[in-house]
Amino acid sequence: MIEEGLKNELQKQGVYVTTLEDLYNWGRANSVWPLTFGLACCAIEMMAASMARFDLARFGAEVFRPSPRQADLMIVAGTVTKKMAPLVVRIYNQMPEPKYVIAMGACAISGGPFKQGYNVLKGVDRYLPVDVAIPGCPPRPEALIHAIMTLQEKILNQKLTGPDRPRHLNADVPGEFPVPVYGKHDLEPSKNPAVWQPPVIQR
Amino acid sequence: METLEQIQTRLAAAVPSAKVEILANDCAAGERSLLVDAANGFAVAKFLRDDAQLLLDYCSNVTGIDWPDKEITEKIKVKQTVDGVEKEVEEVKKTLRPGYLEVVYHLYSMTLKHGPIVLRLRTGNRADQTHLPSLTPLWRGAEFQEREVYDLYGVLFDGHPDLRRILMWDEFEGFPMRRDYLAPDDFEYEPTPHDEVLEAAKKHYPTEVKA
Repeated sequence: MIEEGLKNELQKQGVYVTTLEDLYNWGRANSVWPLTFGLACCAIEMMAASMARFDLARFGAEVFRPSPRQADLMIVAGTVTKKMAPLVVRIYNQMPEPKYVIAMGACAISGGPFKQGYNVLKGVDRYLPVDVAIPGCPPRPEALIHAIMTLQEKILNQKLTGPDRPRHLNADVPGEFPVPVYGKHDLEPSKNPAVWQPPVIQR
Repeated sequence: METLEQIQTRLAAAVPSAKVEILANDCAAGERSLLVDAANGFAVAKFLRDDAQLLLDYCSNVTGIDWPDKEITEKIKVKQTVDGVEKEVEEVKKTLRPGYLEVVYHLYSMTLKHGPIVLRLRTGNRADQTHLPSLTPLWRGAEFQEREVYDLYGVLFDGHPDLRRILMWDEFEGFPMRRDYLAPDDFEYEPTPHDEVLEAAKKHYPTEVKA
């Protein structure tokens, strides 16, 4: 590992030194390709974020892919109904690793205003590992851009070796997530305990 | 456009067996509607669509209403003779109005540029007599909305070409928009509960919520 000070000193002399990890993460972080995938009104803000006014292209994330096979990032933009949830999980399973999830808006985070209803999932984190959550109803395009930047920071800081290495480099961690099935009144199972546990309230 | 009374008299001639009633409406708009018995619903709707003076060729909206069993208490003044003196005594009379499901159609005429006429059909009860004639053969646009009424209220439309659930999944049981539908109890902690959510919060987190 090269020291930060020495690295800067060498750079001033025109010698660029880096690690494979930095190079690899730099490349990944600046070419996050999201999936063209919207569920409700948050998707409108997502579209606005990718258009000229807000220009998501500045962050290397403008290439919305219509196929999950080519996408790195799933932006869950909108209300995930219980009828839609198995399909969302299946699309996520179809994406190649490394892959990330942004839960955009109140509905995707917690069910939002529909939380106490009978037909809306109380947050997409019941079934998928969410990397970044954006609050808002809907969040502004700036918030989505901030989420992409937060995700880039997360990718840049990922260690490629060791126990904290990402899922795609760890053969012991399952890469596929179980798809829930439709039950008589709810999805079965109603959550994936490997991904989500109910929060413990501490006072 | 004709008034509902005029339509009613003409309907009595065109479909003699139909029982057509004009329902008042207490709300600000005061829009009245035609209540037709289920057996003649299709014939009446066909008349409304094809009659030259009405030509209601566009069904803009179909919706359902659930009316559960309701106990109606009325105060009636009854004359009674108490100790030889005739007095007026108030008596409370309780009647049980059986529940039913109602389907409402809003009809307009694109040709004659008038409307809406509100058409209502009621089922016999909420349990086993939930059949109504489908009006999809008359207005193709009613297909998905009748499916939705079936999905959420459980009204069975006879003559519908494809009566399946449309919003909920096929394996779902029950009709969630009925007043007595009980959703699965999957309450989760809520920082600021209120109303029914507060009741659920008290049940699930008795030490947290006291008020």
